Amino acid sequence: MMVDKMLAQFQATGVQTCFHDRHISPQILADLNGTNWHLADYVARGGYVALRKVLGKDGGEGLAPDKVTATVKESALRGRGGAGFPTGLKWSFMPRQYAGQKYLVCNSDEGEPGTCKDRDILQFNPHIVIEGMIIAAYAMGISVGYNYIHGEIFKSYDRFEEALEEARAAGLLGNNILGGDFHFQLHAAHGFGAYICGEETALLESLEGKKGQPRYKPPFPASFGLYGKPTTINNTETFAAVPWILRNGGQAYVECGKPNNGGTKIYSVSGDVELPGNYEVPMGTPFAKLLEIAGGVRKGRQLKAVIPGGSSSPVLPADIMMDCTMDYDSIAKAGSMLGSGALIVMDDSRCMVKSLQRLSYFYMHESCGQCTPCREGTGWMWRIVDRIENGHGRPTDIDLLNSVSDDIQGRTICALGDAAAMPVRAMIKHFRHEFEYHVEHKTCMVPAYA
Amino acid sequence: MISEESKARFAKEVAKYPPDQKQSAVMACLAIVQQEAGFVSTESEELVAGYLGMAPMAVHEVTTFYNMYNQQPVGKYKLNVCTNLPCQLRDGGRALEHLENKLGVSMGETTPDGMFTLQQCECLGACADSPVLLVNDRTMCSFMTNDKLDQLVDGLRTAGDKE
Repeated sequence: MMVDKMLAQFQATGVQTCFHDRHISPQILADLNGTNWHLADYVARGGYVALRKVLGKDGGEGLAPDKVTATVKESALRGRGGAGFPTGLKWSFMPRQYAGQKYLVCNSDEGEPGTCKDRDILQFNPHIVIEGMIIAAYAMGISVGYNYIHGEIFKSYDRFEEALEEARAAGLLGNNILGGDFHFQLHAAHGFGAYICGEETALLESLEGKKGQPRYKPPFPASFGLYGKPTTINNTETFAAVPWILRNGGQAYVECGKPNNGGTKIYSVSGDVELPGNYEVPMGTPFAKLLEIAGGVRKGRQLKAVIPGGSSSPVLPADIMMDCTMDYDSIAKAGSMLGSGALIVMDDSRCMVKSLQRLSYFYMHESCGQCTPCREGTGWMWRIVDRIENGHGRPTDIDLLNSVSDDIQGRTICALGDAAAMPVRAMIKHFRHEFEYHVEHKTCMVPAYA
Repeated sequence: MISEESKARFAKEVAKYPPDQKQSAVMACLAIVQQEAGFVSTESEELVAGYLGMAPMAVHEVTTFYNMYNQQPVGKYKLNVCTNLPCQLRDGGRALEHLENKLGVSMGETTPDGMFTLQQCECLGACADSPVLLVNDRTMCSFMTNDKLDQLVDGLRTAGDKE
């Protein structure tokens, strides 16, 4: 007890990362303060209005399941976990006439370095995820769901369990939701330290109580998912976007963002900025604006580079990044990926070799070991970058790194291999001179790195 | 041995899954075992296997695959410091080094009095809070300056001595 009390003083309060006034037109993180996560608070913010509307419990006629999916399609909501796949389209892949059990899964296994948005959603606004999942389950005719939560954020898991209890007690989950004929059981599960379980089929394996090793696709989860049954998996933030869309309409959501990139997005900004945190802003917001609300580059230094979508996305140099807007299409056009929307900002005191050394170690450590190119290749890559960083690089090493990347990318069951290879290629493409300098001079050309 | 309290928690986890899919609860059950015993022993794996109707080897595969299960006894307090790139850019490495000096151990080691185990870890999913560390798997500590690290270690030592 005494220990818990002592530890409490070191726990994040959300003030720095979430409860600030620097969001722009927020939908998910609006009006949160850390204490108002309960059901009654969520209802006071307009929570569960969308569910009542969909189920016809607000005096209206209700919405047929295919109309719900059509609304989500119209909204141009794209998957917030990293792939950016259109959510409504994904929902339409679920076999409607399937007679057996189907499952809905929320992927809250947020482990992509740079990303810390789902943690804040689950901790400070858990009911928005629950409502989104109930609506999704209704749209796809699913009666059982699980939210798989990153093991490292155990407080968020505990919080989500509490919120589930509140929803059950209020008749929002379970049998005969809101007195109607729709049933949906929702449970929380947790991981325990495996980056790979953010990959959807690895997550399913883990949820089945096994090692989290990805499955071959096809078959896709929509036909062979949890326990071999049709399953839809969406990210936490994706589900959290759904209630607003059903309340206000698909077209209104598109208008919050830009065509093909509907709505707002929560960006986790970390690294060399004055105010690291989560920022919910409309899709299509200029990167320069996002950098500004995150307090600008730390200590007034110059921006050097940004990894725009979590550690797996290719790094972009400052000049390219400053011309980008924050949406799937703009970042893709610039040669990277919006991914999970996690921006790792690096200033001009940073050494790219040292940065890549740490990332390569991560991918080596987290490779699940199933596919030879990834299991062996990530080790090769780390050892090469490590020796370059430590002054033992050979003139042929840079081309060797590219060659090893080639031998991994596209040759593995899941995308972890690609995720390990892409940062290497991009770092060399944009900052080759730093690697060459390291090899030639056995030391760093950016001595200020600390 | 698994306590009655832990068994009640096991039952709550098993109830989340279809009756023929009890194995799904293995992650949670092992985490409960670890919370109670400090680590997952071979004996605990066998007990969990028996409870869930799994082969002991299938349980062992889970223990060894996921980073957070302790396969050996650890100190009373396990400190996991994130040093991944976003944290590296904001003093995560410095925090680890400070703890190494403060505790007089290298990462991966346990203090001779059995009080602390210090580990480097991968992304905790709290990148904006760096430096961050996790205490005994369940409590995340954020914005850990050197002063706060000292307070944390001293506070845990005092509390740990009394308990």
